[in-house]
Amino acid sequence: MPTEVQNSKKPFLKMRGIEKRFGATRALRGIELEVYPGEVLALVGENGAGKSTLMKVISGAHQADAGEMWIEGRPYQPKNPLNARHSGIGMIYQELSLASHLSVEENILLGSELTRGPFINRKATRAKAREALAEIGLTDVQPDTKVSNLSIARQQMVEIARAIALDCKLLVLDEPTSSLTQSDIEQLFSLIRRLREKQIAIIYISHFLEEVKTISDRITVLRDGESVGDCQTAQVGPDEIVSMMVGRDVGDLYPRSKRDGDAEVVLEIKDMAGVTKPKSCSLQLKRGRVLGICGLVGTGRTEMMRAIFGLDPVKQGQIRIGLFDGAASPARRWQQGVGMVSEDRKREGLALNLSIADNLTLPKLDGLGPGRFVTPGRQHKASSPLIEKMEVKCTGPQQKMSSLSGGNQQKVAIARLLHADVDVLLLDEPTRGIDVGSKAQIYKLIDELALGVDGKTEPKAILVISSYLPELLGICDEIAVMARGELQPAQPVSQWNEEKLMLAATGQQTTGN
Amino acid sequence: MSNLIKENTKAIQKGSIWQSGWVNLLSRFVALIVVFAFFAFLVEDGKFYTTRNLENIARQSAVYATAALGMTLVIITAGIDLSVGSIIAITVVGIAWVLNLPTDDGFLINEYPVAMPILAVLGGMLFATLAGLLNGALTVWLRLTPFIVTLGTMGIIRGLAKGISSEKDIYPPTDTWIGSVMDPTITSQSRSWMLLPPGVWILIVGALLASVLLRYTRFGRHVYAIGSNEETARLCGVSVGRTKIMVYALAGFFAGLAGIMQFSFIGGIGQPTTGVSYELFVIAAVVIGGGSLMGGEGSILGSVIGALIITILYMGGQQMGWPKWVQDMVIGGIIIVAVAIDQLRHRKLMT
Repeated sequence: MPTEVQNSKKPFLKMRGIEKRFGATRALRGIELEVYPGEVLALVGENGAGKSTLMKVISGAHQADAGEMWIEGRPYQPKNPLNARHSGIGMIYQELSLASHLSVEENILLGSELTRGPFINRKATRAKAREALAEIGLTDVQPDTKVSNLSIARQQMVEIARAIALDCKLLVLDEPTSSLTQSDIEQLFSLIRRLREKQIAIIYISHFLEEVKTISDRITVLRDGESVGDCQTAQVGPDEIVSMMVGRDVGDLYPRSKRDGDAEVVLEIKDMAGVTKPKSCSLQLKRGRVLGICGLVGTGRTEMMRAIFGLDPVKQGQIRIGLFDGAASPARRWQQGVGMVSEDRKREGLALNLSIADNLTLPKLDGLGPGRFVTPGRQHKASSPLIEKMEVKCTGPQQKMSSLSGGNQQKVAIARLLHADVDVLLLDEPTRGIDVGSKAQIYKLIDELALGVDGKTEPKAILVISSYLPELLGICDEIAVMARGELQPAQPVSQWNEEKLMLAATGQQTTGN
Repeated sequence: MSNLIKENTKAIQKGSIWQSGWVNLLSRFVALIVVFAFFAFLVEDGKFYTTRNLENIARQSAVYATAALGMTLVIITAGIDLSVGSIIAITVVGIAWVLNLPTDDGFLINEYPVAMPILAVLGGMLFATLAGLLNGALTVWLRLTPFIVTLGTMGIIRGLAKGISSEKDIYPPTDTWIGSVMDPTITSQSRSWMLLPPGVWILIVGALLASVLLRYTRFGRHVYAIGSNEETARLCGVSVGRTKIMVYALAGFFAGLAGIMQFSFIGGIGQPTTGVSYELFVIAAVVIGGGSLMGGEGSILGSVIGALIITILYMGGQQMGWPKWVQDMVIGGIIIVAVAIDQLRHRKLMT
């Protein structure tokens, strides 16, 4: 099908030899890309491969240093994002750009308001908004709803509707599923297919290869600012794509050594409930084991972890960590040997304008100076081996967090637990939105930690929350599913597969586990 | 340093020089010199760089700079303290009130000439620190934004100062050493052994202590962490509430020290209307010194330089014979320019 599309039509957007430099770094070196009307082109590549720079060139936020672009055969040189928008290019960024205090219709027509004299033409606005919403099949959203009252998935669709209302011919979606649940993703995909049928060209950027396989017709792979591969989606497997992205064979993405299943229980909760979520959870986590928590976003997975860690109050139930009974503050938890990595790196996980060393050592500043003093020298000394171990790409411990890539930031967030030398690791979406290379490393680390080194470090106990099922199935020993605020009993990973997990997560009973 | 770090150092070094805190401070130091040189040139007969004038600059800026020490802490936590001017006033009034305590046939100070001034200073500082503590407690316990809390306490504390003094200046019966902490030393024969007025020494010692506190203690790391990302700090086990209350209490304490200096500066009287709108100068000093109202950034030395810049602008303007309204406009403009340049520099780093 896509080949037919290519043969019969001219590309909507064609790029040849696109180059972009930032000082000494060559972010893009000779990008070749084309996308046809009625086609979904997946753009994949590790973080730093140049995807976002390329998007900025397309959207007019950056100007290319060399190379040419054409839209429908005519030269295209956008001076700014508004220019690009008028040329029919719609961008949907990972971070939604809606005015949350305004209504759906006001957002859809933001910047191109329909007026009658000096006033907003309410009637025409509503009609136009309705039309755009209908076009993408979002008929159950009222145009006068305040955007902040909609779910993230709905907000994203409103943003797509806005692009459609502006007659976009090429829709660029940057990691659109990173904060969506499985059913939202299905909806988004059917919307994308619908737009494809309307002969809209779509560039789909994602880290999730499964999604790419599902939704795209063609794949272009970027590596180090070059387009290194262009293939029909149907003809390649995930391993091949990953190899192209990384430029080497990744081997086993999900290592799982044989671990001891008979160690002491270090974390136990019984009938624990939070203030609103979760309603009831019980689990046991042993040293040397990796327990996965699966469940839709918003079912209380994160809240459960926050309650265990003392970030949210516990309404009822019991928690025991090692010898310590009952709820405790995060400060206490760190002392008890528990550490947590938050799902939200930017907002909660890291202090981005502080240094790597500051972030790494924050939970445990003891011993980094006499008494209550902390000296930067010792902070750096404590950080360096961990930076080395995690292979964080940086100039040194004093570098600011904000200048690191997402994958490297996440490595620091996890290294923090190593610095505090905790026994129980609570990891909430530890690999969300990071590149495959960093993911592989984090999986390897989890395996090592769970295994322990004979005589040197004891095996750790690890609790992982993830929405990414292949990951859970790959690295965990057991998986428990959270559905509607209730945690189902954990089952060995051998009992699960993706379908069973999805069924259980959406609240349907698994048949014979 | 490890191999990996070295390897990557080359690649990113270009940006890292501009990121270093030293360049940050150096640029402010250069700004200070430029402003000083400007007036040194313009003010006739070299009057601007006489010893007397330099001492005056030091004396005048000490009040702002001392209060700015606490404000720096507050601003690093992404907070603000609008009550500084009022806290200075209540300290001034508190000192005068204690010195003015009557007995049946005279004043307590005449009976205990040694103890009473000490008590007065302690009393004033206690008032100030409690006021700061109140700011912190309200912010943390009622979960209000510091802007609102301190806007409220600005009025409350000022009102209290006026109430204590019955809305009149309190004139202590005798002069004490408190009244002379800011008196000139270099230009006075009998006090020249001090080198600098005691108030300036208080500032220097206070700045050193605050600097060490901020840079080399756990508390300091926590302050930066809270300002940079409060959620992260909480996740990492920092007692966010306790740390913030401490920060506001310290802000009150330093405002109290500034109050002692102000008491001397205005001639040793308890004037309840003193220090009005000082909070703005103090905030401006911190911001010019590199503090970010978004939190996570700021330094003690920077704030002290900021206070000096503001004082020099004012005194320079006065000596040039600029009308008051021109001075106001110049300082307002400088604040905007300073912060705009800073942001430009930051944006450069991002790309």
